[in-house]
Amino acid sequence: MSGNKKAFYFLLLPVLLWLVLLIIIPHIDLFINSFKVVDDNGNSTWSLANYSDFFSDKIYWRTYINTALYAIGVTILAFIVTFPVAFYLTKVVSKKYAGFFTLLLLIPLWVGELVTIYGWMIILGDHGVINETLMWLGIIKKPIKLLYTDFSMIIGLLYMSMLFMIVPIMTTLDSLDDSLIEAASDLGASKWTIIWRIVIPHSMPGIVNGSIIVFMLVIGDYVAPNILGGKSSLWFTEQIYDQFLSTFNWNEGSAFGFLLLILSSVIVWVALKISGQKLEKVGQ
Amino acid sequence: MIRSLPSTPLYKNGYRVYIALFFIFLVLPLLTISVLAFNDSNFIALPWKGFSLDWFFANTDNRVGLFYDDDLLRSIWVSLLTAFVMAILSTVVGTIASLLFEQEKFKFKGLLYFFAIAPLIIPGVILGISILVSSTYVGNIISDKFHIDASFFSPGFWLVVLGQFSFGATYAMLMVGARLKRFDPTLEEAALSLKATRLQSIYYITIPFLKPAIIGAFAVTFLISFSNFNTTIFLVGSDPTLPVEMFSRIKYSSTPVLNAVSFMIVLVVSIIAMINLFMSRKN
Repeated sequence: MSGNKKAFYFLLLPVLLWLVLLIIIPHIDLFINSFKVVDDNGNSTWSLANYSDFFSDKIYWRTYINTALYAIGVTILAFIVTFPVAFYLTKVVSKKYAGFFTLLLLIPLWVGELVTIYGWMIILGDHGVINETLMWLGIIKKPIKLLYTDFSMIIGLLYMSMLFMIVPIMTTLDSLDDSLIEAASDLGASKWTIIWRIVIPHSMPGIVNGSIIVFMLVIGDYVAPNILGGKSSLWFTEQIYDQFLSTFNWNEGSAFGFLLLILSSVIVWVALKISGQKLEKVGQ
Repeated sequence: MIRSLPSTPLYKNGYRVYIALFFIFLVLPLLTISVLAFNDSNFIALPWKGFSLDWFFANTDNRVGLFYDDDLLRSIWVSLLTAFVMAILSTVVGTIASLLFEQEKFKFKGLLYFFAIAPLIIPGVILGISILVSSTYVGNIISDKFHIDASFFSPGFWLVVLGQFSFGATYAMLMVGARLKRFDPTLEEAALSLKATRLQSIYYITIPFLKPAIIGAFAVTFLISFSNFNTTIFLVGSDPTLPVEMFSRIKYSSTPVLNAVSFMIVLVVSIIAMINLFMSRKN
């Protein structure tokens, strides 16, 4: 074996172990498991029951559709909220402060989702910062119900995912030459025209990357819907958790997991098709 | 509109107000937890009842501070250990994967690369349950057929590490790969023409060039592991990590000690961030 061949296998082996043992085989197992049911004697047989349960029980597919729509909504909201900030930090604020602000953006990300969602739980509660401040100001007499609603869930989902939107957009905006904007402005283009015709088209790859990652994080999240959401805010991951950790019906849980995987893959695939991007670019 | 163009005062100030509101939104949860960690109260939220260090140092019947809360301290230790092992594993395999995909040509490379970046679009929940299902299956076969202890395959420390590593390696691969793209291949060609083997040239030429990205990948995967919940919850055994322990307390028995531990995390992260900023200014 030549030295080059040896080096190649040295590089290939760990990567193969990682992908085959931890990505490929587990997903095949999950797939197989989702087509099995276990009877009272502990024997498992092939069956479509796990999937037919999903379609026959309204609560399951309603939650599924609900999750998909909310995740798309949060993704759009994340874009609307963060785009002006990304533009400000790359094009408007003096370079001296840009580094500090960018770092500030990353701190909640590093602190972690559980801590920040817990923070929102305290802020939005009946004795939270918002209610206590409003009562102190005399604007309201009794606390408003903010926590355990769809509103609080969306705040949490937006907060934990929006940084993944802003960073890729900032990366693409960094590469936009300021002189293009100056030229358009000199030729009399309005701000909206510049944004629609120059800034947005140029940052499209970043917007698509960010949207895919935000959507994926939101659809697969459990912490924000569970801690901040109310009884009626149904999230599909909660069904998966229940099957695995409460009712211990792993087969049904596997089927639900697979349905979630299909949902996220289809929507990501559609987003890539519409934008003409490749999955290989998403991570960059 | 941009630095070099003039804008009306209304536009400029309106924009500034929006940015200020955004950053308030950003720091509000961190600030709230940090302040309430020092509240002299038995409840996690307002009202403010005066300054106290009880939730750090008290050890009485109704108040146990962070530094006397053995379960919480233990979960911090478990998280640190998990993050350390996971980050090393992810960085090593991620670096190897970046070398493989950037510099080698082979059959089925595209397919293999697809699987390597798939964790970016697979929800963490699904990685967790698929590895749980798979390892339980293998563990059952081993203990049934060979009658040996297969605890390695049941939920616990190593399963958490492997579950987090399954996507951590992807992030490390992408980070190191981004730097590898800027590597000048003539450097390696020079080494090879001087009779170095490919592995020697990787070790002496390529790895030193990649060093900043490798350190960055270690730091990022460490933080990903330390704060991970979605995958970990399925694979955790009798020793919970900090996020898992915090989650069960938030649901069932929250005391302001949660504010104290959150404050410590915010503090450590901010210090690291400040050092990072200071170092990058220097360069």
